[in-house]
Amino acid sequence: MGRAKLPRKSTTIDMTAMCDVAFLLLSFFILATKTKPPEAVKVMIPSSVSSTKVDAKDKVTVTIGKDGKVFLAFEDKAKRMDIVKDLNTRFSLQLSPSELEKVNSAEVFGTPLLAMKSFLNSSKENQTGEKLPGIPALDSTNNQLKDWLASTVAIYQGSKINLLLKGDGLAKYTVFKNVIDAFKKNDLMKFNIITNQEGLDPSSALYKEKSSKPKS
Amino acid sequence: MAEMDTSSGGGHKKGPGVKKAKKMSTRVDLTPMVDLGFLLITFFVFTTTMSEQTAMVLYLPKDTDKPEEQNKAKESGALTLLLARDRTVYYYEGILATDGSNFKSGSFQGIRQIILDKKASTNPQDLVIVIKPGEEATFKDVVDVLDEMTINVIKRYALVDIAEPEVMLIKATEGAGGAPAATPTTK
Repeated sequence: MGRAKLPRKSTTIDMTAMCDVAFLLLSFFILATKTKPPEAVKVMIPSSVSSTKVDAKDKVTVTIGKDGKVFLAFEDKAKRMDIVKDLNTRFSLQLSPSELEKVNSAEVFGTPLLAMKSFLNSSKENQTGEKLPGIPALDSTNNQLKDWLASTVAIYQGSKINLLLKGDGLAKYTVFKNVIDAFKKNDLMKFNIITNQEGLDPSSALYKEKSSKPKS
Repeated sequence: MAEMDTSSGGGHKKGPGVKKAKKMSTRVDLTPMVDLGFLLITFFVFTTTMSEQTAMVLYLPKDTDKPEEQNKAKESGALTLLLARDRTVYYYEGILATDGSNFKSGSFQGIRQIILDKKASTNPQDLVIVIKPGEEATFKDVVDVLDEMTINVIKRYALVDIAEPEVMLIKATEGAGGAPAATPTTK
């Protein structure tokens, strides 16, 4: 009886294909990851139970730092340029065309209007960080955030402004109030406060309301 | 695949004078490279935090000087929360008594119970909570109180500037070194 002889197979597997897959995935993840937008200062945002997602496009972010400094960031490049041009003419900041060109690389603004010229001429590293004075929003007489937002409203003209407020938990209410005042003056009546999401107490009324209603 | 056939002529005898050149395999073991690839993938996947931001929406009322456009709050349904420094909360129901007898103090832990008690004892249509952050209150305090409104499903609340008599009362209470005598213990 001739038993069929099993051919001895090699136990080594060709790894080339697997290697290809691994590196393909790796490059995909690296390229698909969006880098964090630049931040003027580090802020520790407070948390809330709100689970509303922030609309990711065309953000206008007002940041309040720990020490009450106010920063303003525009995501849309073209509109940012228009806003700075508008401020330039309204307050005669005398920015040269080459200085206006530098607006393209600066996303976050945190200087008084009069210091805009030197701000745009400073190096990239100096355009963010703790050393910046912030946009003056301290009192009603010199609330320059109001002027910034007035230009913003003028440039956006009717289209919705995705206004976000990002504040450090330790910032004083007075600064927050001045920022709200600047919003109100420009008829920006709706805005989002960015918060960290936290769990909801099951005994609370909101939890009961949410669970009684079927999810839409 | 990326391997070359090196076995051909392996056992073939050459002539006596011909030295047999040792044939090196061109095949590379790719296992460590795969390991490295997947290690990097896991590293990137784990270090990347999903940066989906959540936010609370706040609608501001329009400032108006005309009395007929201003919202009226019934005295019986009003609860005023005053935010002072170090996360202390002072509160009173209705209108502040001139002698400050209904002025009480609490903390952020007790605030939910105060709101819930008020909510249970008043007509839902009359209920309005007035939030008055003081000079010393922080942004976090304000967000936390607004959050309490959401948690307890309070439909009507307002963010109002603090008034002078209230500041005086807070100062007096803090100066006395603690809560006024009328304070109920809140948990």
